[in-house]
Amino acid sequence: MATLQDFRTNENAWWCPGCGDFGVLAAMQKALVAVHANPATTAIVAGIGCSGKIGNYINSYNLHVTHGRTLPAALGIKLANRDLMVLVAGGDGDGYAIGMGHFMHSLRRNVNITYVVMDNHVYGLTKGQTSPTSEEGFKTKTTPQGSIERPIHPLMLAVSAGGTFVAQGFSSWQPQLASLIQKGIEHPGFSLINVISPCVTYNKVNTYDWYKKNLQNLDDDPTYQPTDRSRALTRLHESDEMVTGLIYQEASTPYEALIPGFRETPLVHQDLTVDETTWNKILSTLE
Amino acid sequence: MLAWKIGGDQGEGIDSTGDVLARVANHMGYYVYGYKHFSSRIKGGHTNYKVRIATTRVEATTRHTDILVALNQETIHRNFHELENGLLLADSAFKPVLPESASAHLLTLPLTEMAKSIGSVMMRNMVAVGASAALLQMPVAPFIDYVTAKFEKKGEAIVAANRKAVEIGYQRIVDEYAALLTFKLEEPVPGDRLVISGSDAIALGAIAGGCRLLCGYPITPATEIMESLAKWFPLVGGAVVQMEDELGSITAVIGAGFAGARAMTSTSGPGISLMQEAIGLASVTEIPAVIVDTQRGGPSTGMPTKQEQSDLLALLNGGHGDTLRVVLTPGSVEESFEDAAEAFNLAEQFQTPVLIATDLSLSLWQQSVERSRLKASAQPIRHSATFSQEDLLALGESAFQRYRLTDNGVSPRSLPGEINGQYLATGVEHGPSGKVSEDPVNRIQMMDKRLSKLEGIHQMRDGFKYEGPMEPVLILVGIGSTVGILREAATHLPAKVGVAWFRTLSPFPTERVQSVLAPARHILVVEQNALGQIRQLMTIHGIADSRFDSYLKYDGVPFLPEEVVDRATPLLNTLEVH
Repeated sequence: MATLQDFRTNENAWWCPGCGDFGVLAAMQKALVAVHANPATTAIVAGIGCSGKIGNYINSYNLHVTHGRTLPAALGIKLANRDLMVLVAGGDGDGYAIGMGHFMHSLRRNVNITYVVMDNHVYGLTKGQTSPTSEEGFKTKTTPQGSIERPIHPLMLAVSAGGTFVAQGFSSWQPQLASLIQKGIEHPGFSLINVISPCVTYNKVNTYDWYKKNLQNLDDDPTYQPTDRSRALTRLHESDEMVTGLIYQEASTPYEALIPGFRETPLVHQDLTVDETTWNKILSTLE
Repeated sequence: MLAWKIGGDQGEGIDSTGDVLARVANHMGYYVYGYKHFSSRIKGGHTNYKVRIATTRVEATTRHTDILVALNQETIHRNFHELENGLLLADSAFKPVLPESASAHLLTLPLTEMAKSIGSVMMRNMVAVGASAALLQMPVAPFIDYVTAKFEKKGEAIVAANRKAVEIGYQRIVDEYAALLTFKLEEPVPGDRLVISGSDAIALGAIAGGCRLLCGYPITPATEIMESLAKWFPLVGGAVVQMEDELGSITAVIGAGFAGARAMTSTSGPGISLMQEAIGLASVTEIPAVIVDTQRGGPSTGMPTKQEQSDLLALLNGGHGDTLRVVLTPGSVEESFEDAAEAFNLAEQFQTPVLIATDLSLSLWQQSVERSRLKASAQPIRHSATFSQEDLLALGESAFQRYRLTDNGVSPRSLPGEINGQYLATGVEHGPSGKVSEDPVNRIQMMDKRLSKLEGIHQMRDGFKYEGPMEPVLILVGIGSTVGILREAATHLPAKVGVAWFRTLSPFPTERVQSVLAPARHILVVEQNALGQIRQLMTIHGIADSRFDSYLKYDGVPFLPEEVVDRATPLLNTLEVH
């Protein structure tokens, strides 16, 4: 059985000291161990930005793609080899700005992949610009007078768009975050875990202390049931998404199980030669 | 050889009417070629479908029409000039008027009324089919058999109505216009042929080549590939995913390629523009991917339903940074089948994106193709350059180097699922292990590795084909659908004319092009774009010289063989003089 060590590489993460992404990395590795993942059958797709470096530090098959396109790449991997455990990690800019279209459609498509968004409300790798989750008034180099746009609410969007597993964690709250990622991996469909992962260099507003003061932990609320879509939306709306925990989950059949004629045996293990009978059947449709 | 055409408003079943004629004629042993004129709207607007029926292979349309069936006056106005001593059959319902300058016999039949008499105005086109069969002096029985089979599933009443429609259309012509029946086809040449389009051929080739996943976004004129595979993939365990955009389409294909599946996307110019960044990702991560570009009039929305070959330079050079891509350019429906299958072998063997450049005319227009040219078994799947699990276990942990430098530039890869094969595939420059590296020495080694490895493709295939005499005076050079047009034009030109066409546009088959063109005194590059893109490439590669001339067309309408003959004839005359 794989251990934490098995999911580490010999590279040292170059994130800034204190970056929330260290916590996300650690929680992902813990979750992989908890679900008895195997590095050889795990595929991780990472996006562009500080968060996108995460693939360099997890021993698995890693694909580091163009900005915003992690989710389609993960779809391709999963359909090619449905025996693989496929995880995606990227930032709020990667997922909710340039990649927003794929985010919405991945939610409704429901391929069995796990999407971990490392959300710091700011663009880090380009050295501090406003992000789609930045709050109104947030001052950055591209919004020196403060952002005049409203922030994206990814969790409400996810629940509304037909997401079958929607959760939020906080990089400092390791046991909960690891457990959410674990549940997301185990969920047979698309799972979103938005992770609050503070940027210590470019975001002096949404700091660790600020989050600790403002976040509500749903695990502390025994009355909350993550099975009702409208109650989930209400809770997210009322809290302005300042909650952690499992927000919504429903029974789900993943996309790949619904494709007509798609086989349980992964594509990569199939014999690709077409027998004469099948070929003639195909040609007969052209007669 | 005869040319028949039907015209009317879009949405009136013109396509399916033409299809019936083409399929029945094909079934009888004729070679057919169907050409559709259409625009980017669903209902209304003029459309027509022309079918050439011959006893030898046809790959082009023609200026001339022998029999025109007009369902409205606009059809007459737009098409009568093609009729030279031809027959014009018109529905008397719209009180057809033949322009004074026309050189045609006008035959009228109350097509609409006849259709109503058997129950529905919907039958009008089938009445026209029956009448057309009589005008072409074809037997009516194969038409009756065809509609019987075609409508079998819709029940007896529908079958009976369609049979009746064909019969009464046929009989009225025989009864009323027997004296005008002068056109007659030669004896058919029985064979086992299918009427298919280039899009069908690409979809079939993809299946034969082991493709089991298409991720795409609908776009004219490429959608048919996706639609055909959506129909056929369930039979072989494959899947079509309709993505949210072309960015997602190409990236999903790359993901699948990374995982070891054979995957493709199909699009047209606008989609290619969107995919450029990701194609660069596939190049630098050395992941196989197959991308089909069915070219149409550009740039931007351009002329989406019109023929053009203006994406060629974008396919070669449209991405940022230094990359080389494989670009295959099939010159016929049969070659579309072969190249679609081979694209997957090359993509895997050379670990690189392979682009197939086809065009609207080659993709959409249907023609008779020998079934023997469409054999899956004739396109063997070649797997290559992969580490087996045994190799990786022998290698040990953390020792596998995904981008190891090799003599031919191709580094054997591992596939997800294999123990000890884990690595990072990244669009960031990387060293042999896959780890990110900005080391200047490594950069040069990796760039050279990627740029040099594709040269091996020239050993795999003939990139520049030639048909014609050993010592040609003139060689006509083309690409895609133009090739068939050039071939037909050559049959009307003196025997000293040859035809050459690209099968591989990139990497450019320089030596082969040079040797093929060496004996020619004159070279006419015939291409459907405004900038002369093929000729530009020949210039860049040091091939174009004073023997070269261009024939460009960018009005959205395919070249006609007659136009090429007209363009080449004075050229040949000049050459004779000197």
